[in-house]
Amino acid sequence: MKVPLSWLHEHVHPELTADELSARLALTGTEVERVTHHGVPSGDHFVVAKVLEAVQHPDADRLRVTKLDVGEEQPLQVVCGAPNARAGITVALARPGSRLPDGTKLKKAKLRGVESNGMILGESEVDIGVDHDGIMELPDELIAGTPLGNVLPLETDVLELEITPNRPDCLGIYGVAREVHAATGAPLGPPPWAHEGGREQLSGALAGIDVTIETERCPRFTARIFENVTVGPSPYWLKARLMAAGQRPISNVVDITNYVMLLTGQPLHAFDLDRVAGGRLVVRDGRDGDTLETLDGETRRLDPDMVVICDADGPTSLAGVMGGARSEVVAATTTVLLESAVWDGPNIQRTSTRLALRSEASGRFEKGLSPEGTLEAQAVATRLLVELCGATVREGTLDVARPSGWDAAHATIRLRDTRVTGLLGADIPRTRSAEILGALGFGTADADDGLDATVPHFRRNDVTREADLIEEVARIDGVDNLPATLPLRRGASGQLTQWQQLRRKAADTLVGAGLHEVIGWSWSPQELADRLRLPADDHRRQSIAVENPMSADHSVLRTTLLGGLLDVAQRNVTRGTSDVAIFESGAVFAPSGQELPHEPHLLGVLLTGALRPPNWVEPRPPRADFFAAKGVLAHLLDTLRVTWKLEVSSESFLHPGRTARVIVTPHGGGDEVVVGWIGELHPTVAADWDLERTAAFMIDLNVVIAAVPGPAVYADYTSFPEIRQDLAVVLPATVPAGEVVATVRAAGGPLLADAGVFDVYSGTQIGEGNVSLALRLAFRAPDRTLTDEEVGERRTAIEEALATLGGTLRA
Amino acid sequence: MIERIDELKRAGEAEVSAATTTDALEQARVRWLGRRAELPNMLRGVAQLPPEQRGPVGKAANEARKALEALIEARNTELAGAELDRQLAADRVDVTLPGAPLPPAGGLHLLTQTRREIEDVFIGMGFTVAEGPEVERVYYNFDALNHDPAHPARLRSDTFYVADEIVLRTHTSPMQVRAMEQQPPPIFLIVPGRVYRRDSDATHTPQFHQIEGLAVDEDITLADLKGTLLQFARAIFGDEREVRLRPHFFPFTEPSVEIDVSCFRCNGTGHLKDGSRCGLCKGTGWIEILGAGMVDPNVFSYVREHGYDPEKVQGFAFGMGIERIAFLKHGVSDLRLFYDNDLRFLRQF
Repeated sequence: MKVPLSWLHEHVHPELTADELSARLALTGTEVERVTHHGVPSGDHFVVAKVLEAVQHPDADRLRVTKLDVGEEQPLQVVCGAPNARAGITVALARPGSRLPDGTKLKKAKLRGVESNGMILGESEVDIGVDHDGIMELPDELIAGTPLGNVLPLETDVLELEITPNRPDCLGIYGVAREVHAATGAPLGPPPWAHEGGREQLSGALAGIDVTIETERCPRFTARIFENVTVGPSPYWLKARLMAAGQRPISNVVDITNYVMLLTGQPLHAFDLDRVAGGRLVVRDGRDGDTLETLDGETRRLDPDMVVICDADGPTSLAGVMGGARSEVVAATTTVLLESAVWDGPNIQRTSTRLALRSEASGRFEKGLSPEGTLEAQAVATRLLVELCGATVREGTLDVARPSGWDAAHATIRLRDTRVTGLLGADIPRTRSAEILGALGFGTADADDGLDATVPHFRRNDVTREADLIEEVARIDGVDNLPATLPLRRGASGQLTQWQQLRRKAADTLVGAGLHEVIGWSWSPQELADRLRLPADDHRRQSIAVENPMSADHSVLRTTLLGGLLDVAQRNVTRGTSDVAIFESGAVFAPSGQELPHEPHLLGVLLTGALRPPNWVEPRPPRADFFAAKGVLAHLLDTLRVTWKLEVSSESFLHPGRTARVIVTPHGGGDEVVVGWIGELHPTVAADWDLERTAAFMIDLNVVIAAVPGPAVYADYTSFPEIRQDLAVVLPATVPAGEVVATVRAAGGPLLADAGVFDVYSGTQIGEGNVSLALRLAFRAPDRTLTDEEVGERRTAIEEALATLGGTLRA
Repeated sequence: MIERIDELKRAGEAEVSAATTTDALEQARVRWLGRRAELPNMLRGVAQLPPEQRGPVGKAANEARKALEALIEARNTELAGAELDRQLAADRVDVTLPGAPLPPAGGLHLLTQTRREIEDVFIGMGFTVAEGPEVERVYYNFDALNHDPAHPARLRSDTFYVADEIVLRTHTSPMQVRAMEQQPPPIFLIVPGRVYRRDSDATHTPQFHQIEGLAVDEDITLADLKGTLLQFARAIFGDEREVRLRPHFFPFTEPSVEIDVSCFRCNGTGHLKDGSRCGLCKGTGWIEILGAGMVDPNVFSYVREHGYDPEKVQGFAFGMGIERIAFLKHGVSDLRLFYDNDLRFLRQF
């Protein structure tokens, strides 16, 4: 909402600069987006002048040389190109030294050899209007030499306000003035419709037009008829105000409807009554097949969720949004039917959204205007049409309501002193509350425990409860004056849940392992499933579609983090960062059969390129592969103290020989759970994302965290020494190392405290198809020092067990 | 015999003194004091001497041996020190070469860092952390938060729908009602999480993160909101900060306010040291950081049977954008960078 300060000052005039007023409004709930300046930078050097003589320029057909009376002894010579420049008229002159709205500074100049001391102004040159065809002709009674700013609105500061949707009353200058009055204490002028009180002849019935409302979506429809209207340009003051408020002047009748809307917040529509077929209007819901050419020249298709105003020939106006071309006011119009109505806000909003047709009117109606405002606007418009268009108003006002009528009641709400203090945490005296509410247009009366406040019609939708009154009082009194206190916090004890702590620990562990966290989109493209070669029955194809995605890349909710990780890796590699070690921790979405989907929280890791930057100690660091990913996985799960293992498996998007499922054992026993997968990307899939060898894993963090044991319990490690032994065994390469270790552990029994592979060798020395594993064994008993005999027994058992796997010991 | 001892001693001493390496010294030791050397043999043979010679010869031989040992020890110390010095000189390294690097640490995404920082501030003030579903019922996202049935935020131009009554949550606020359904007052809660709106430009991404706050008890006031957020602002933006409440409008709070923090670049003055206008706060001295207010009685009416009678309890709620806090604090120029995940960006924080 653009509020020219010069216009606002007609209704309320606080002694504040534009910036000071903005600051005050911001602190009382009206945000000022910016303060701009409309018109010329300053009125200096602009004067009223009279054309004494205008003669043809000797060397230019289109120029005239004028002599101007500017109230000084000597007339001033100015060259002018306007066709209407002639002796005898009164004009607006910019003298050398003046500045135009675009900042240009005028100087004394020679035009085709003739000296010119300034410029005679057309309205568009000083942003008073949009007419480029000639110079402004001012009333003859003006005195030459008068500063032009005294007679024309040459410049004003403009506040651009952001009006919240609950305050359509502030979509009019007078509503803003009321707000400024409450916020600053500056006196508020009388309402611009106040003059009409007592004009009895307008309150009767109106002859010559009949209006029927057949829909509930039009609470009130009022109209007046103006005859002998002369359509023409508006006066400069009116044009200048519209321009400063961001409206383009059109003609006096249309300008008046716009002006009244900007002043009162109530949109109006002017019909050419002679072009309303049948002298009768019907307000009804649209029908399929109805069409209407709106004022912007577009033909609109209507439907039953829109409201139209029809005459005998069908739809002639799109209610609340835009008038129709067929009945618009034109130059030849002499009889105007002025409509001032209110409409169902949500319906107007739907209509304007669906037609992509937003207008100043729809923007106001959609917020819900009060029915009382219709006649206030009629009053202001009536005066202007009579004064500026020479119109005569026909006696009577048409005033019809929807079938169920409208409620003119004003709610009265109790404002309890204790509630004010209790909610705000500071005292506001009752007298101050009454003063504030009064300034905002509420009626107030004292009650036992507070005030009874009566809500004015223009706040009816917004203020319905005590809390709303407290807000009004608080914001004007100044919420910023409140003390800063802290709640008593009964029973409050802040902490992270165990799940939240472990999720942090998981991320921290990965960061410690050198990975960077990324945050991907929650959406993925539909075709990701195909790019990952997921089989038809894969659960990750069961994605939830977004009905209104912003792009095809975001058409479904993600079912895996892998797509995002691959996209990030590709982007980085393409941009020259070829070594990527990243993870994401976030939700994916799966249909659940319930109203809301499942949202498992997954943790995904992706590695590609060198694991570490090269340096002179390690010029060729290892590159990402299966074991690099497994190392990260082990680091993560071991840090979380989860019991886990891998088993060979397959995934369509992974290398068939380098894929495993990740299995954890819940603490305290229970069935093993598959929590995810790990592997190297299938080279075809990696290539699709322009990646070389890439390894990844993804696990369900919720399930992993559920398997985390409680606090670790101390185990004695000092009283009885551990006996360490190494063992090398040659096995067929088909036996997985994991199985070897498991076999060794089982055979070692409880005395085998630890066993692990520390070297792997394959080569001709041990025979084709064989592999040699070196294992480190540690034996320990919690209650005694083991004897050589005991250890030897276990070792024999281990060796025998290895033999069953086809293993032979190496010397 | 005594002369011979003296002779041996002098010869030994001469050779020891002449040794220039520890190896040569060791050879000398073996020759003069080793198992087969003459002097130790003499000592061993003392018993065979006539009794009157045993004393003097034994004494002289022993003294000679001790003297020789002492000399060797001294000479060894001298030579070994010199040799170590030579060795160390030869072991010199180019100290200007880079160190043998540790595997570089990774990093949390800036949004996670910021989220944790904010979480920790509120945990310190007695708030717990709750999370809710990202796909949400219209009921929790709009209806129970007092959004008018025609509220424009419900439009498909603004909000992602996956079904008629199911949306991607547009804010973390739905957890207000969910949490109150699950826990009677008093309640002190923050809700971090991902939210979605159909918007995309340099200052909007269709997915972003918020942290919701909710505090409800019998007597929580708007002044308590101010105090709580003042603590928050100081913890995040520095001890010198002030906060300012500006009235605003939100459907689910009444009164509603926006919270500004005094500008941490220009210290709230609106201009920089060189007198130019501060670009961060646009010369106002204040930066908007979040929206807040007192929980609207209509919201409580949805959870009245869970112990939230609007006549008996009251409280505040607030919601802030994590991106906005991170963006302000770290000077990120374009919010889309957060989701681009360029490692050159991620490594900066």
